[in-house]
Amino acid sequence: MGMMKIPMIAREPDFMIHGVLKYHAFGQELWISDTTVGAWIITALLLLFGFIASRKLKTVSESDTPGLFQSGLEIAMEALENMAKGTMGANGRRFVNYIGTIFLFILLCNLSGLLGLRAPTADFGVTFLLGLFTFCIVNYQGIKNRGFGHVTSLFQPIPLLFPINLIGEIANPISISLRLFANLLSGVIIMGLWYGMMPWFAKIAIPAALHAYCDLFSGAIQTYVFCMLTMVYINDKME
Amino acid sequence: MNISGQDFIYGCSAIGAGLALIAGIGPGVGQGIAAGQGAAAVGRNPGAKSDITTTMLLGQAVAETTGLYGLVVAIILMFVKPFG
Repeated sequence: MGMMKIPMIAREPDFMIHGVLKYHAFGQELWISDTTVGAWIITALLLLFGFIASRKLKTVSESDTPGLFQSGLEIAMEALENMAKGTMGANGRRFVNYIGTIFLFILLCNLSGLLGLRAPTADFGVTFLLGLFTFCIVNYQGIKNRGFGHVTSLFQPIPLLFPINLIGEIANPISISLRLFANLLSGVIIMGLWYGMMPWFAKIAIPAALHAYCDLFSGAIQTYVFCMLTMVYINDKME
Repeated sequence: MNISGQDFIYGCSAIGAGLALIAGIGPGVGQGIAAGQGAAAVGRNPGAKSDITTTMLLGQAVAETTGLYGLVVAIILMFVKPFG
């Protein structure tokens, strides 16, 4: 969690963020935590996959029948485009790159609990940044498409409601980032408690069911919800 | 038995964390209503089962948020100790 001091007292059931490396910058003591390391690993995996996949796609000639790899990628890309088009209509094509990027990043972050990493999205610093991206894009699109109307829309329907409208706008990024963060954090806490406090025979097959719920199911649904809400917020400002 | 001011604050924080999790009631009821309505909708129109399930899960994931706010408040009270 962003607000916590990073070097925690080691407790028996362990679900805290740990510092890996301490460094000083701008007169402050900063930490490279396992969140950062996890995010690096996931970014590296995504970059590697993107590099290999783009190389492989180039080598397929037009006369060839597409292989399993290319077909799979095309199916996934089409599903993503359909998701964007279903929510945003004709505007979907312009945002499918951004939505696809955050979709893959959040999904891999949520699933990284299966690899034994502490999920980077269980850190409010990461999810709040993602929420801020959404906030910036939403407001940029609002100003671009409505001009000054973006500001005056805060005074609709009557000027008295301006504070409520303003809070409603500011609450959006906080709400979507807290939703993702708290879901992942609850999964990390449950897994940490189970691994830390249960006797050895309870750690044999039962954690598989917990991983299936906390990491796979919850993680996939929250990824979908985050992307969906981002698209809905952007689409609100498009017309 | 001596209870220092610090201990008193920690104890009250723990009670507050427990009270914050009462926020779990609302999302539980709401998700239950959503699931019940989803079951009724599948009963009326079994062909649209996948669409109904997707919509239901999406709505439930959004409805869960208020309960998770309670969880975040409880965790902050327990581990960040803002008043200690």
